[in-house]
Amino acid sequence: MSGEKVVSIDGLTFSYDGLKVLEDVNLQISKNDFVWIVGPNGGGKTTLVKLILGLLQPRRGTVRVFGLEPAEARSRIGYMPQFAHLDPQFPINVLDVVLMGRLGNGNGLGPFRKKDKAVAERVLDEVGLLDMSRRSFSSLSGGQQRRILIARALAGEPDLLILDEPTANLDLLVEKELYDLLRELNSRLTIVMVSHDPAFVSDNVERVVCVKRKVSEHPTCELEGNFIGELFGGEMRLVRHDKHIGKRKNGE
Amino acid sequence: MSEFIDALMNHAFLQYAMLTGVLASIACGIVGTYVVTRRITYIGGGIAHSILGGMGVAYFLSATYKWNNLHPLYGALVAAILAAVVIGLISLRTREREDTVISSLWAVGMAVGILFISRTPGYNQDLMSYLFGNILMVTSSDLWLIIGLDILVAIIGVLFYNQLTAVCFDEEFARVRGLNVSFYYLLLLCLTALTVVILVTVVGVVMVIALLTLPVAVAGHFTRTMWGTMILATILSMIFVVIGLAVSYGPNLPAGATIILIAGLVYLIVAVGAGIFRYGREF
Repeated sequence: MSGEKVVSIDGLTFSYDGLKVLEDVNLQISKNDFVWIVGPNGGGKTTLVKLILGLLQPRRGTVRVFGLEPAEARSRIGYMPQFAHLDPQFPINVLDVVLMGRLGNGNGLGPFRKKDKAVAERVLDEVGLLDMSRRSFSSLSGGQQRRILIARALAGEPDLLILDEPTANLDLLVEKELYDLLRELNSRLTIVMVSHDPAFVSDNVERVVCVKRKVSEHPTCELEGNFIGELFGGEMRLVRHDKHIGKRKNGE
Repeated sequence: MSEFIDALMNHAFLQYAMLTGVLASIACGIVGTYVVTRRITYIGGGIAHSILGGMGVAYFLSATYKWNNLHPLYGALVAAILAAVVIGLISLRTREREDTVISSLWAVGMAVGILFISRTPGYNQDLMSYLFGNILMVTSSDLWLIIGLDILVAIIGVLFYNQLTAVCFDEEFARVRGLNVSFYYLLLLCLTALTVVILVTVVGVVMVIALLTLPVAVAGHFTRTMWGTMILATILSMIFVVIGLAVSYGPNLPAGATIILIAGLVYLIVAVGAGIFRYGREF
């Protein structure tokens, strides 16, 4: 059914060591929404995501995912954590990384089953890297590795995909390809994505949620000059990554 | 070398030593791979050194109260599991700095061991063999204990392969997949503890970290999967132990130190070789 509430946050407050990170947050996310979570570093984006995943517990207020406690809804959530904490030298091949997404789908001890491998190969195909399945994860490019991690998140056959800064440290072209992939996936999945980059302003953005202790939401059409300045504090200018200023002349 | 092979045919103590080394390599390859990829070799070192406390207490009790069945290895086993659980719970449940806790256990364990051994009546040759290992002194009853631990470690390490690998690779993702990450972390530390006890019989308390990490470090240059690393590390560890025993036997060198030197030398060659290979490809 359309309009189904995927995430429902009411009156949420969270603090670390008495320091309020999130205050009185209200946020509703419906089926097939594509939600960008933006805001300054330390503004509470990752904390908000961890609350939705049930990795943290709210001090006050409620978080419901598919109407359940977040921890109980995890089997329907696909998650891509921040990339930076992975060990680039870890000895593992692509297929085994993706298969990790099958853990918890009734998988107990011992090896994965045929069905798990079939699902893993299907999602690898979906992100366009099936022919890489036997390659070493560490030998892939940054963009390919992100795709593999998205495939791993998809391997649990989720209804909600949550990504924490999936495009950090990628160049613009690769970033765009990744966003295109996510938009394709959005046709069947609800997507919540943390992004720190203020230059994402893009035609297909559906919802932009700014987290800066308080959470505010704005229709994307308002996302222009003054508004960005208000969000990040002080005068800000939009960086036109899509265009380049003409070649510098000598001495300039 | 032929002298060594002759001796191996004729002397039970050498056969026990060889069997101990080969069996220890299995636990070493499996658990060492988890320990190295999870980057907790320092915990392995802490557990290894705190074991001396357990061995010292067991040694003291058996000599003072004539509890002849209380083998130092049992003391080691208790101390190792205790150290693993303490380190694990403190790092999971409290805000103490993990490396500080490990360092304290490391030194306090050794202090306890040295105190008890010094108060034990009789000849104290054993301290040296605990510290630096004496694989040639392994008895048949030691061997049974090692076989038992080895089977236990191998079964758990293989049965929980998917879970342990996921926790080593990406703990946060594993938690979201519904894995009890704390449980698997403690399980991994306990496996490390058991493996360390096995390895102490081969190379002693001080050199355990080397045998736990060097075969994996070498194997890591040649494989791209966890299980591949485990198998190769096991084989390498067996080779190091066998060659170390053979080389040390003739000139009567300390076996543990010889094994470690060979492992270290191979690692150095492989690491430098890999560096040169990469450099050559880039230019």
